Amino acid sequence: MIRRFSLDRFLIQRLGISLITLVAFLTIVPIIAVFAYIIGKGAPAISWQFLSAMPRDGMRAGGILPAIVGTFYLTLGTALFSVPLGIAAAIYLSEYARENWLTRLIRIAIINLAGIPSVVYGLFGLGLFVLFLKFGTSILAASLTLSIMTLPVIISAAEEALRAVPQAFRTVSISLGGTRWQTIRRIVLPQALPGIITGVILGLERAAGETAPILFTGAAFFLPRLPNSLFDATMALPYHLFVISTQVPGMPIQIQYGTALVLIIFVLGMNLTATFIRSRARAKRQW
Amino acid sequence: MNRSLSWGETLITAVVKTCGYSAIVFVLLIFFFLLREGLPTLAEVKFGELFSTRWYPIEDHFGILPLVTGSIIVTVGAMLVAIPFGIGTAVFLSEIAPRWMREILKPLVELLGGLPSVVLGFLGILLLAPFLRNFLNLPTGLTALAGALLLGGIAVPTTVSIAEDALDSVPQGYREGALALGATKWQTIWRVTLPAARSGVLTALMLGIGRTIGETMAVMMVTGNAPVMAVKFSSIFSPVRTMTATIAAEMGEVANGSTYYHVLFFIGLVLFLISLVVNIIASSVVFKSKSRAERVLS
Repeated sequence: MIRRFSLDRFLIQRLGISLITLVAFLTIVPIIAVFAYIIGKGAPAISWQFLSAMPRDGMRAGGILPAIVGTFYLTLGTALFSVPLGIAAAIYLSEYARENWLTRLIRIAIINLAGIPSVVYGLFGLGLFVLFLKFGTSILAASLTLSIMTLPVIISAAEEALRAVPQAFRTVSISLGGTRWQTIRRIVLPQALPGIITGVILGLERAAGETAPILFTGAAFFLPRLPNSLFDATMALPYHLFVISTQVPGMPIQIQYGTALVLIIFVLGMNLTATFIRSRARAKRQW
Repeated sequence: MNRSLSWGETLITAVVKTCGYSAIVFVLLIFFFLLREGLPTLAEVKFGELFSTRWYPIEDHFGILPLVTGSIIVTVGAMLVAIPFGIGTAVFLSEIAPRWMREILKPLVELLGGLPSVVLGFLGILLLAPFLRNFLNLPTGLTALAGALLLGGIAVPTTVSIAEDALDSVPQGYREGALALGATKWQTIWRVTLPAARSGVLTALMLGIGRTIGETMAVMMVTGNAPVMAVKFSSIFSPVRTMTATIAAEMGEVANGSTYYHVLFFIGLVLFLISLVVNIIASSVVFKSKSRAERVLS
């Protein structure tokens, strides 16, 4: 009787663990396959000419330079607005705010900002920046829209990095006569910097890959020149990939895979940089 | 103390404080603009008409129910994929895989989370849809099923990452205690570790759902975009259209200030309120054990 019982539960354990392993296998193998497939298919399309030339023949030939430059501008624009604001907000939450209802409200607002669908950000950007403030469909409007979307990621990451700095560092600085702001600027911020940079890059990575928020705020279907002011619309890599894979008939498949690969390199390059900074800072940290 | 120093200090404090409140201001601004552009819908379209089953804006039929059911069927389908695969993978990484394997595989899964959804949509069109069409012998592969599978793939990294953290933070003593009492490894996982990590795992699922409902590009590219009521089981094998895809696909073509324009903002308002509810549930008392930073960063 006892023997039978124990046999059963070891049998169940075997089956259960095999099943879980199988499930994990079925999750991870497609992920590897997806990356390998895009790299394999996209690599032959990438050449200096593909990266540095304007699109020709209704985007069916030539390069994707305006889309690359556009995504670079949008990411930069997003950083200009969201990084100072996000870090300041994180400093407030970590160094100044007391635990009261207002602070709780700020935290709820941050969680909700993080959860709002990206296309709703697009609507908001259209309503506020494009129409109400009359920026038009422009790099400015798109960058501002992406900034607000990126803000919760930056605030959360920066706050976590600031809170990780030991309390003793602050106490010592204050006891030596430093003011609150001197303590933050000279002691806490430098210590938290690697963590903050990592969070900033991860936030901007998301902004760089997004399409829905820029659909009606700044993305141009086809613009065979580089944008020359903040009020110009621009091509962008994710939107360009969407356009050439759904809107343009007879699009050479190679250009599509090439564009997808360039986008992935752009985005995952940022991701790997962030991971690198984080692991290096962890290795060097002395507290 | 030096007077100019204290002036600077006051100024900085004021600036930092203002920035601190910015998140509240932005949520309110978003809500305000959605209301401003979306609410006129209720004056322009009859209530019964708005919640009817026909979405055909060219002839002024603005029934949003097909879009709502489209979103629901795709989201439910995605969760059926994401729950077993997401939690299964999290359990594997945290409880079964050796440490070196976890150190490689977890970042890999998170890398998928960083992939722009438009890239997944692109692969969906080129690989997944033709495969489904041939495999299931359908007239088109661009169906709710394709959307659900793809969205499941998008929700999996979020779910794995947070659920694995939750499992990992269960004290080692719990497992050792169970094993010492003669439980098998499987019984330990199933009856001790998973229940102990329950709130984190539920948070992971809620946030997975949140990402799924709001996902736009991948869904727009692979679901075929037909605004039909998706209420039968077989609807999963036919094209549908979600709320997000409708906004993204049609906003570019409408005249500012028209009824059509207001209805699209109204759909955005509905999405905003759904995400508000999902996030407030996810952050409520039941799920409190997880820090906000982990949730936002996932």
